Amino acid sequence: MELFWLPKSPAWSAALAVARQMPAPEAARGLISLANSRIDFVQTIKLDRALRQFGSQLEPYLNRTRPVRLGLVGSSTLSHLVPAIRVAALRRGFSVEVCEGHFGTYHQDLADADSELCRFKPDVVLIALDAHHLAAGDSRSCDVSLSVIRSCWDLARNHLGATVIQQTVLPVFPHLLGNNEQEMSSSPANMVREINQTLRVSAAEAGVHLLAVDDMAQQFGSRALFDPALWHRSKQEIHPAAAPLWGDHVGRILAALRGLSFKCLVLDLDNTLWGGVVGDDGIDGILLGQGNAVGEAHIAFQRYAAQLASRGIILAVCSKNEDATARAVFERHPEMVLRMKNIACFVANWQDKAENLRQIARTLNIGIDALVFADDSPFERNLIRQELPEVAVPELPEDPALFANSLAAAGYFEGLAITGEDQERNRQYQANAERDRLREGVADMAAYLRSLEMQLIWTPFDSIGLSRIVQLINKSNQFNLTTRRYSQEQVAAMKADRQWVTFQLRLIDRFGDNGMISVLIGRIAGDRTLELDTWLMSCRVLGRQVEEATLNLIVQHAAAGGLERIVGFYVPTAKNGMVKEHFARLGFALTQTAEDGSTIWSLNVASYEPKTTFIQTQKGTVDQRTDLHPAH
Amino acid sequence: MTSEQIYTQLTEIFRELFDDESIVLTPETTAADIAEWDSFNHINLIVASEARFGVKFTTAEVESMQNVGQFVDAIAAKSGNRSE
Repeated sequence: MELFWLPKSPAWSAALAVARQMPAPEAARGLISLANSRIDFVQTIKLDRALRQFGSQLEPYLNRTRPVRLGLVGSSTLSHLVPAIRVAALRRGFSVEVCEGHFGTYHQDLADADSELCRFKPDVVLIALDAHHLAAGDSRSCDVSLSVIRSCWDLARNHLGATVIQQTVLPVFPHLLGNNEQEMSSSPANMVREINQTLRVSAAEAGVHLLAVDDMAQQFGSRALFDPALWHRSKQEIHPAAAPLWGDHVGRILAALRGLSFKCLVLDLDNTLWGGVVGDDGIDGILLGQGNAVGEAHIAFQRYAAQLASRGIILAVCSKNEDATARAVFERHPEMVLRMKNIACFVANWQDKAENLRQIARTLNIGIDALVFADDSPFERNLIRQELPEVAVPELPEDPALFANSLAAAGYFEGLAITGEDQERNRQYQANAERDRLREGVADMAAYLRSLEMQLIWTPFDSIGLSRIVQLINKSNQFNLTTRRYSQEQVAAMKADRQWVTFQLRLIDRFGDNGMISVLIGRIAGDRTLELDTWLMSCRVLGRQVEEATLNLIVQHAAAGGLERIVGFYVPTAKNGMVKEHFARLGFALTQTAEDGSTIWSLNVASYEPKTTFIQTQKGTVDQRTDLHPAH
Repeated sequence: MTSEQIYTQLTEIFRELFDDESIVLTPETTAADIAEWDSFNHINLIVASEARFGVKFTTAEVESMQNVGQFVDAIAAKSGNRSE
């Protein structure tokens, strides 16, 4: 059973070996990052071993809250779960010291002032009694079991002054009747259910928090949590392979007790809240509801976000889009569940998202470590993980139908109770945000861009790329300088005509192939001039120096062909405002402005200084040309 | 899966679990040869091996395993003619 919302980390063991050799501050950072990977129980044990090797040296750096002293009492084997508790706390930037009671004597451990557990003085006591202990014996009725549990609560609170977490009873017993098990009050399976039902009521009354392993079993399958063979072999009720999950649930409750739960869900828009790219597809073209399965899935995710908001989670938007284009969907699209009034802070611009998240946290006046960032793009997720490790960035599955499950399973918003204030929160934050609009911000991206190991692969138009080229020419609206549409026949004719200089560009980086992301068409005019008839690019790769690398490529070709001048055109449309200053940014000189706002720009080939980028540009080979993963 | 392949992967599991890169397994290796190989880690070994090799040992098989050689034989028998 995997922590599937955390990213896989291929070089995990090597990174752990490195972290173990580092001085404490760097080691702490390294270990936290390793804990935030999709690790199994063996890796959890290894990480815990490394953590303990540093002992108290790391404590000053695991300082999001003072160390938690956790007493762990139960009626069967629990020691295999302890590493996972410590690692779950590490994942959240704090430390836990665990004192285990002796199973079989849990009641005395809590009652006897001289017991190891009492002398340990726990802040929190986790009571994990197994199902066989509470519900298997014929002589034990539910009432007896519940009164044992309640007396443990009294001891832990009154005697030890500790907060109590009570594990619910794991449904481990086979049914005797079947679907109507409730007809047989002495059935163990039925007793487990009855105890759990009563626990939910009395825990709320007593101010005790639950660790709901019965819900876990429902969600992940009881076989994943409980293996009868292991029970007989070693009295482990929770399967060792499930320890990371169980420990993470303990960790999130401890974090919630210390006020470390995340507060704000920051949502991407295109392909996260709806299917498609609104800037290109238009408000009528995005997939949202309307009987389309993908559109329905996005609606379901919006509804989940709205429900989170109603329990007090702040919602924010962080999108690479024109502000007006993005807002229009919230204001005008009939199927939208989320509306502007649900969003406390709305940021749609073309800056990098790390800087935008800092601004969102500042605007809402919450810590950057209170943000959860939901984005379908692996590029954006990895950028945030690297630039802002304190932000929670769950992996989103490819299928939007599973977005809500992934976010819920991650448990970032673990809450212990609901207050009236929770339900008002979004409105308050939204008012604050309106007073304090985002300022411009520029983050230092160089290190991140370098680490991406980007390659820009170019080839002239060819028959393999043709259909994708035609699609991009006819679909791209935002990063499109002239918005000239051409049919497949016209494009095919260009590739055969020496008057035309054509490029299809794809971008590959450390995280994979972004597919064909840019198309460029030049026409060789008289007087040694190359006119840029079409220049378009996918907005997904904005801010990655693709434009600069592309210009280097164009100039190089122009020079090789004996051309002296490159002329660029900008033709304004309702959607391409973002590239109005494109040629100015690249160092072209403005030569002409027409009444409709169209501009003409010129660049001298001889005096051009190639732009410095972190992109390696090369000509594609035949097999690199096949567009297996069409971009959006 | 050949016996060598099983030994290679099993050695990796042992090294990870016991945090000791110098572990070399032979058919005669027993719990007495590895300091940390106690009953607690024995369960971890079984569970990690079940996951790595995609097999499931019966209670009786686990009870009867006395050394690494028997461990490998059990894995070979199961991964060789997997009927699941």
